[in-house]
Amino acid sequence: MIINVLLSFMAFTVLVIVRSRNLFGVVILGGIYSFLMATVLVAMDAVDVAMTEASVGAGISTVLFLGALYLCKSEESRPVYKPWLPLIVSISVGAVLVYGTLGLPEFSNSGSPIHQHVVPRYLTEMKKEVDVPNVVTAVLASYRGYDTLGETTVVFTAGAGVIALLRRRRRGSREDKA
Amino acid sequence: MKHDLILRVMAKLLIPFILLFALYVQFHGDFGPGGGFQAGVILAAGVIFYALIYGLPDARKVVPEPLVESMMAIGVLIYAGVGVAGLILGGNYLDYFVLDTNPVTGQHRGIFWVEVGVATTVSGVMLKIFYMFTDRGNVDE
Repeated sequence: MIINVLLSFMAFTVLVIVRSRNLFGVVILGGIYSFLMATVLVAMDAVDVAMTEASVGAGISTVLFLGALYLCKSEESRPVYKPWLPLIVSISVGAVLVYGTLGLPEFSNSGSPIHQHVVPRYLTEMKKEVDVPNVVTAVLASYRGYDTLGETTVVFTAGAGVIALLRRRRRGSREDKA
Repeated sequence: MKHDLILRVMAKLLIPFILLFALYVQFHGDFGPGGGFQAGVILAAGVIFYALIYGLPDARKVVPEPLVESMMAIGVLIYAGVGVAGLILGGNYLDYFVLDTNPVTGQHRGIFWVEVGVATTVSGVMLKIFYMFTDRGNVDE
């Protein structure tokens, strides 16, 4: 019930973002969208993901968008052509995705395939093997240690990529001054 | 924003709690929600908050750029180092059971250091991206 209310708020936020031409408002609405998403995740008992969504989606990325906004105009210019083809493509892709979710098992159905594969083993053996109260941490850092190492490397690579892109330009403008 | 007294005082009050909350999320990640990633982001958010109120040069003095850049690499190295420690102690790569005589304690130790590595890299990258974005504006002016 509460999830449906929050989801309709989110849909409304998206509509306002699409209609709005003021980029400052769009950035703030993006933050609101992330907070609504975090609340939905809390309602679905995924507290770890909710915390990440609130801190990264609503916190850091809003600040980064504002920093980018500082560098450009805060009013979106009118597009030179009507984007009918992209609109049709995105609507049809969205429709296909919604069609795909119809085949998924019911939410919180313990008989669905995702709860039959490795999850029972994690839940029964975790107490003996790892013994930390938060199963998410055990899966993330211990059972799926390789995945998390890969994710950390991805974060590092992203940072290195940003440095490589932005630093060269800074050095160039310094040379221009000199 | 540099001369706004209310914002400066409030920031001074709030930032210690933000940093403390980051440490809580980091070290309480085994027991409640949270972990290295979230803690790293909150840590970076505390410093970004400081930079927003007191200006980028002051934030650079508190958390200098070379430190941020080396944090990015050190975090990954800590994580990979836990794996290598497992290899040296006679297990597989990222095998935490061999890190202590008691396998369960070894798991706790492995998870602790892995989370430290994640937090270090994440907060370093977030801060570095923020520094680079805001720095661009200053150069272009």
